[in-house]
Order: sequence, then structure tokens, then C-alpha cells
Amino acid sequence: MSFHPKMAYDATFHKSTRTLADNGPVFTFTPENRARLDEIVTRYPADRSRSAVLPALFLVQHQQGYITGHAMRHVAEILKVTPADVEDVVTYYTMFYTKPVGTFVLSVCRTLSCAVNGAERVVEEICNHLHIKPGQTDASGTFTLIEAECLGACDRAPVIMVNDAWQELQRPEDIPALLENLRQHGEAALTGCHHVIEKK
Amino acid sequence: MEPIITKYVREPNSYTLDFYLQHGGYESLRKALGTHTPDQIVEMVKASGLRGRGGAGFPTGMKWQFVDKKSEKPRYIACNADESEPGTFKDHVIMERNPHLLIEGCAIACYAIGAKVAYIYIRGEFYHVQQVLENAIAEARAKGYLGKNVLGTGFDCEVYVHRGAGAYEAGEETALLESLEGKRAQPRNKPPFPAVYGLYGCPTAVNNVETLANVPLIVQHGPEWFAALGPEKNGGPKLYSISGHVKRPGVYEASMDITLKELIFGEQYCQGMRDGHTLKAVIPGGSSVPILLPDQLDTQASFDGVVKAGSMLGSAGAIVLDDTTCMVWLAENLLHFYRHESCGKCTPCREGTDWLFKLLRKIESGQGSMRDIDLLSSVATNVGGKTLCAFGDAAVTPVLTTIKHFRHEYEAHVREGRCTCPADWRARQPVGAH
Ligand SMILES: Cc1cc2nc3c(=O)[nH]c(=O)nc-3n(C[C@H](O)[C@H](O)[C@H](O)COP(=O)(O)O)c2cc1C
Ligand code: SF4
Ligand code: FES
Repeated sequence: MSFHPKMAYDATFHKSTRTLADNGPVFTFTPENRARLDEIVTRYPADRSRSAVLPALFLVQHQQGYITGHAMRHVAEILKVTPADVEDVVTYYTMFYTKPVGTFVLSVCRTLSCAVNGAERVVEEICNHLHIKPGQTDASGTFTLIEAECLGACDRAPVIMVNDAWQELQRPEDIPALLENLRQHGEAALTGCHHVIEKK
Repeated sequence: MEPIITKYVREPNSYTLDFYLQHGGYESLRKALGTHTPDQIVEMVKASGLRGRGGAGFPTGMKWQFVDKKSEKPRYIACNADESEPGTFKDHVIMERNPHLLIEGCAIACYAIGAKVAYIYIRGEFYHVQQVLENAIAEARAKGYLGKNVLGTGFDCEVYVHRGAGAYEAGEETALLESLEGKRAQPRNKPPFPAVYGLYGCPTAVNNVETLANVPLIVQHGPEWFAALGPEKNGGPKLYSISGHVKRPGVYEASMDITLKELIFGEQYCQGMRDGHTLKAVIPGGSSVPILLPDQLDTQASFDGVVKAGSMLGSAGAIVLDDTTCMVWLAENLLHFYRHESCGKCTPCREGTDWLFKLLRKIESGQGSMRDIDLLSSVATNVGGKTLCAFGDAAVTPVLTTIKHFRHEYEAHVREGRCTCPADWRARQPVGAH
């Protein structure tokens, strides 16, 4: 039936427009990652394997770069939860990607302490160099730019997180060299976190 | 006061077990297990007056006492290492440079409440910190400070690190537990409180990293020593994270009888504002608390002192702002944060933060009208106090406090149809921590 006498029965709006995550390529954990996940599951009580959903998704992302519908189902099977439970989690947390991202994901902190130290200019500079907007990946598929919220190193503002590593105290004029060094040397080019003084 | 928690953080290898043992490490755990009953530890922490360092300043001993001991279920310690409050970066230092202090604190806390497992919930962005913690746990376990039959006393204790994935709201204690259970980080209704119905429905104590790091000190030196380190009811060493427009931003340890002025202008601390600029405002406790003005800085930087001045100590992350800061822009920047981080579970917060952000953007870009300013306060007061968790109150604070103290800036934006503050923060170079 329709909601209103004048409304056609097949009006589309009351049909759910929700789409499930794209299946994507077939995904199975590599034996090492599977062993790692099996170890992680033992950290939680026997009937609470659901707790391992977040760690499992990090493993997927580590292996494949992003998280597909197929991978969600794979995780759901292993952890004995429903695929919807897994998708629910994937779509909530900002660190999980459901689309392919560049080799280096640049998350530039834009919250107050970084912003008063010029974070906005850093973002501008990256955009100009790569010809992208925040949220996009450059044409070569090397860099994805994300505007992040406070990363917890406000004394070293502005901070950029590159994948899981840190680059601190970035000035706009440092950006060309940073991008070039990343292209050439990968994450080894980063300063890391300043507390790790031994590295220097 | 000489630093205690951060005394060795600049030494090479300060994070290794060997270093920690050379400086009296794990003696508190030995003492606690050997000569005290769990109840005595709880009493000791109560007597010390230790207050939670995560934001609310609730007495830790009391929190532990509320943990339901009659329940048949297992009990848990959940250590809150989510540290996502803008302007806060103190737990970071503890975990990275002094991880064994936290692990020892977790073990003593487990013993005190009768738990066998502690989970450290660390924010996803702290991947490098997680590595340090996990290595430290493995080291401690190999030497018998964790695991089965700790130090031959028959006490079993495991500590695990659980990585979050980028959600500020996961710092709220019940949302943290949900996230630990493998769900969205959305808070639960309280009561029941975690002490009765926490992780997996079992009695749980949720404690901040810095809180747990203080526990070994109390056991080692005694509650009287601890209480005497600061003003009444605000004892113990305290870590302050100070960032923004100061010369030397960073983490500083002090007793809570220090004033905000000394922290910002003291030679040993931040050494004042960057050259050529004057102080305009301070947000003393992370982004979620009311602003203090320059004439209010003689206030003691203690839980009670900052409340007296009309704000809150919160996470003790002070963001210091100079005369170039536009207060409308500031509110817009913070509301961008809150709008992004709202978990969406309850309507006033989910919708309200979006409305507030849009209104602020409108005013900041010069498109606003005088009515929009009143609309801002009206939306804000309709969110505050009407939400499931304290996030709602936190989110409207930047709006209400900037309107209260800097209404003239809002009006100038409307009158002149543009941002009226010199936007030289955009051209600013990073100051660089020492
Ligand atoms: C929105 C929100 C975010 C919070 N974020 C954190 C956090 O990042 N770290 C933290 O220790 N406490 C945070 N808290 C406070 C916790 O809910 C809780 O009070 C604290 O972990 C208790 O530990 P304590 O008693 O040791 O302070 C947050 C609270 C709210 C409402
Ligand atoms: S106040 Fe905001 S963060 Fe808290 S439960 Fe409601 S929507 Fe979620
Ligand atoms: S504001 Fe950028 S790290 Fe905190």
C-alpha cells in the first residue's frame, strides 16, 4: 500500500536504498596474518571473539590496503559474527578505508593547536603539489590526503601522520621535499615521533 | 617539584625493563603482592586522594571500591589510553618513555580489584607507541612480572593492548568498553556504571594512563607522601600538556599548587608567548572546557583551583592563544572537530553539532546576521545537558564561552561582513618543541 492515496504504490523512497559493501576481489588472510589473528583471539575470553574485529580489520588493511565486502565476510566467518556486525564497525571508524588509497596516506592534523601553527597552509601546499583536494588520491596513486583531527602531539604542531608513522613540525615549505623523499625512500624518510630520541 | 613520572624520559633506553629495574622498577608490585591485601591497596589509594587524570577528576580509590566484589563474574581493568582530547599529549609520553610504570600500575590495579586481565585501549594513531608497549609487556612477562604466578605469589595477571581506529568518542568510558567488545564506539546508558556492568557485562574499572601510572608511586612512598605533594585533595605529581602560541610547548610535570601563569610564563616551563605577541586566552583543560582570560591566570592549576576560576582542569591540556587568534574562527575550528567526532547515537548532539558548525562557518565567512548569534546560543543551550554522554556539553562549550567573553568579535564579523582578526596564524611557522 502507499502512504497517501495520491501516491503511486511503487514510489521509490520507502524502499531501502542501502547498498552493501562491494564484494571486491576474493580475500583470504595469508598464513602469517591468519596465525597472528588466531593469537589475538586468545587475548579475549573464549566466547568473545567479536572483540578481535578491530585487530582483524587492521590485518586486512595491512594485507590489502583497504577493506572490501569479501574481506568483511571472511573476518565475520573466522570470528563467528555476522557480516553486518563487521560492516557496522568498518563504516564507523575513520582509520578503516573501504576504497583503495595511495601508497602513502597523509593525514594532516587540522585541530586547534596545529591550526594556529599553520596546518591549513600545509594542506594547501600538499593540494597544490599533488593537484588534489583533501579526501582524494593523486593521479599516480602514490598519495592520499586526509584532514585528520588532533593526533595527540600538539607540542610538535603541525603534525602529519603518514600511514602509521609520524612527521612532526611541518612547515609549508617542507612539503615538496617531504613528498619527494617519500617517493624515493618510503617511510624511512620520516622524522618519526620526537620521543624516540635514540633513533636520531 | 622535581619530576617523578617523567624524571627519566629523556634518558636513552628509559623504556627498557633493565633501565626500569635499575631505578627501582617493579618494587611497588613486589611490595603490594608481598605485604598488602587487595583491600589495603584500595584503602591506600583512597587515603592518597588520587584523582582520575582522564578528565573528571573522580577519586580513583572510590572507583575501585565500587567495583562489585560480590559478583561471580570475572573483573577487568580497562586502561584508557585513547588520549584524543585536542591539546592533550601527556599519556603519550608515559607510554612511550616509561611504559613499565604503566604496566606496573595495571598489575597493582588488577590485584586491588581482583582482576586477572587488564586491557590498555590505545588510540589507533599511536601505532609506534603500541609497539613500545607491546615490547615492554613481553619483557615484563618473560621476567615474571606478568603472566601466571606473578613473582611466585600465586597472582595471575595479563596485560593486553587493544588498538582503536580513530574515534574520539572511544575515550568515553562506556564507549571504550563497547569498542573493546568489537562494536562501534558509542556510549551506553549510565547507570549501570562500569563498576557493576562493564566489559562483557562484568565489573570493570576504567582508568586513565596517568592515573594508573601514579599507583606504583603511592604504594612505594605511601599515601601521606603522595597527598603532601600538592594542595589538599589535589595531591600527587601532575602532567600538563601545553601547546599553542607559547615559546616552548611540551609536557611538564609539576605539583598542583603551581599556577597557570607560572606554567605559561615560567622559565622552566613554556617561557611565555612567542615574541611580539600577548596572551589573549587559555583553554586550560583540553578543548572541552570554558576559556580563561589573562587576568584569571593566577589561579592554581589544580582540579579545584581551575573550577574556582570558572573552568575545569579536564585532561590538563592547556591550549594557549595569542592576540592574533580570532575567537569565531576558534569556535568554528573546534566545532568542526566535534561535528566530525559525534558518534551519532543521540539526536541533539548529532544534529546540533552540525548546525553549530554551519552557523559558525557562516558568521566566520562574513555571511552571518545578528540573529545567527542568538540562534547559536539557542542551539547550544538546547544540546548541553540533553545528551546521552558528556560529549554534548563538551561540544557546546567552545560556542558558549566564546560568545560570553568575545561577543563583540561575533558582532564585528556580522557588521563588517568579514573576519576581523588578522589571520597571521596562517603564515605562522611552527615554534618547535625543545
Ligand atoms: C567524550 C569524552 C571523551 C573522553 N576521552 C577521554 C580520553 O581520551 N582519555 C581519557 O583518559 N579519558 C577520556 N574521557 C573520560 C573517561 O570517560 C573517563 O572518565 C576516564 O577514562 C576515567 O579515568 P580516570 O578516572 O582515571 O580519569 C572522555 C570522556 C568523554 C565524555
Ligand atoms: S552526546 Fe554525542 S557522542 Fe555522546 S552519545 Fe550522544 S551523539 Fe554520541
Ligand atoms: S592539534 Fe594537531 S596534534 Fe593535537
